[in-house]
Amino acid sequence: MGWIPAIVAVVVVAWFVGTYNSLVRLRNQFRNAWHQIDVQLKRRYDLIPNLVEVVKDYMSYEQETLTKVIEARGAAISARGASEQGKAENLLTESLKSLFAVVERYPELKANQNVASLQEELTGTENKISFARQFYNDSVMTYNNRIQSIPANAIASVFDFSPAEYFEGGEESRTVPKADLR
Amino acid sequence: MLSFYEAAAKNLRRSRFLFLILFLLFFALGSAIGNAYGNAGYGVALALILYAILAATAWFSGSSIVLSIHGAREADPAEHRRLLNVVDEMRIASGLPMPRVYLMESGGMNAFAAGRRPREAAVAVTTGLLDGLNREELQGVIAHEMAHIKSRDTLYYICAAVLVGSIALLADMFLRGTFFGGRRRAGGGSGRGSAAFVLLGLLFALLAPLAAKILQMSISRQREYHADAEAAGFTRNPLGLASALEKIALVGSGIPGRNRGTQHLFIVNPVRRFTEASTALFSTHPPTALRIQRLRAMAGKGGFG
Repeated sequence: MGWIPAIVAVVVVAWFVGTYNSLVRLRNQFRNAWHQIDVQLKRRYDLIPNLVEVVKDYMSYEQETLTKVIEARGAAISARGASEQGKAENLLTESLKSLFAVVERYPELKANQNVASLQEELTGTENKISFARQFYNDSVMTYNNRIQSIPANAIASVFDFSPAEYFEGGEESRTVPKADLR
Repeated sequence: MLSFYEAAAKNLRRSRFLFLILFLLFFALGSAIGNAYGNAGYGVALALILYAILAATAWFSGSSIVLSIHGAREADPAEHRRLLNVVDEMRIASGLPMPRVYLMESGGMNAFAAGRRPREAAVAVTTGLLDGLNREELQGVIAHEMAHIKSRDTLYYICAAVLVGSIALLADMFLRGTFFGGRRRAGGGSGRGSAAFVLLGLLFALLAPLAAKILQMSISRQREYHADAEAAGFTRNPLGLASALEKIALVGSGIPGRNRGTQHLFIVNPVRRFTEASTALFSTHPPTALRIQRLRAMAGKGGFG
């Protein structure tokens, strides 16, 4: 009966390798998801100056709205720490919304092809940001569930797979992304 | 409900099984025809060569064949910005790589996804769909297609399309007597051989529609409900897809290059009309009204996540 311990050993090793690798895969997934958010935030920072450049000639009476957008962008870029950045990003989203509302009031702006395409890009980027956050949170949930349930929690605690933190947005980032209905 | 991982593993298994069935079919046929000519070995060899060509075509260019049957052209980054953005949004929400995006010229509203694996997937929509849907509805449709890609339904669907297609092809070949045609002796010909062709041709002509039916049954309507539910999970907005399905049912889902071999690929069956006999045993898709009802129910509960 000398082969029984051998079989048990093989099974245990196979289980260990499989579980460990799946934990690594899940951890990489949520880390990568975090970078996806950054990519989209960066894209938004890059798009805003273009939009401001195009609309500023038309909007001589709306300097305040434009200034707010530019300031909010600056604050978001220089924000440090997750919660501060979350707040700054929400402010930026708000200021963009009021800019789009103003654009709606200027027929020649709405007709401008550049403005329309920049608006589409920004709407898309806004959506991508919230979907990237959603996917990040989904990935964190899958990962946390895995490392906290039996039996994977044994491996997780030995090899220091610690629970990941959720992205907590304001009320803003929790609601369904509402794109303009056109 | 199956997780994506389980669903993908199951679709991979089922696809391999289809290729195995096709292999056995060709093997049996090759030896039968070879026997009619007095040499089973040649028959088997030729049948297996044909099988290899078919299987390789299905595996390596199945998606591009389907795309070309339906006259799909690649989306233009400038012209179809909104579509590309919505696909990008949904690939982020689903955690998949970006698929290639195609358009089919048609007033009908429809969409399908293809591809062996997520890395080389493609999504195609009709121009009618693009013009008729608002952004939220488009998101719902694209999310549904991404769910098919993520669970590898697309792999199985392509394999199934090839299986049915090749049986139809065989029926055609036998009836026209071109199969093994090169081996016919000049002059006298072989009476036994010709008789075998006709018989096999008739057999396959009978078999082809049957195979199509079996395919339709094997493509579980459950997969459509599953993709709908996952799509709602990606968008967190089941009403978008529900309202898209409503519009599609109203406008019609016609596509260029109607083809019974590919009907199961689409978000709404382009051949069958769902107002009639829609719960029939043999349909590839559940009735659209039921799908809308289920999506609405999800929104009422508001419970995903």
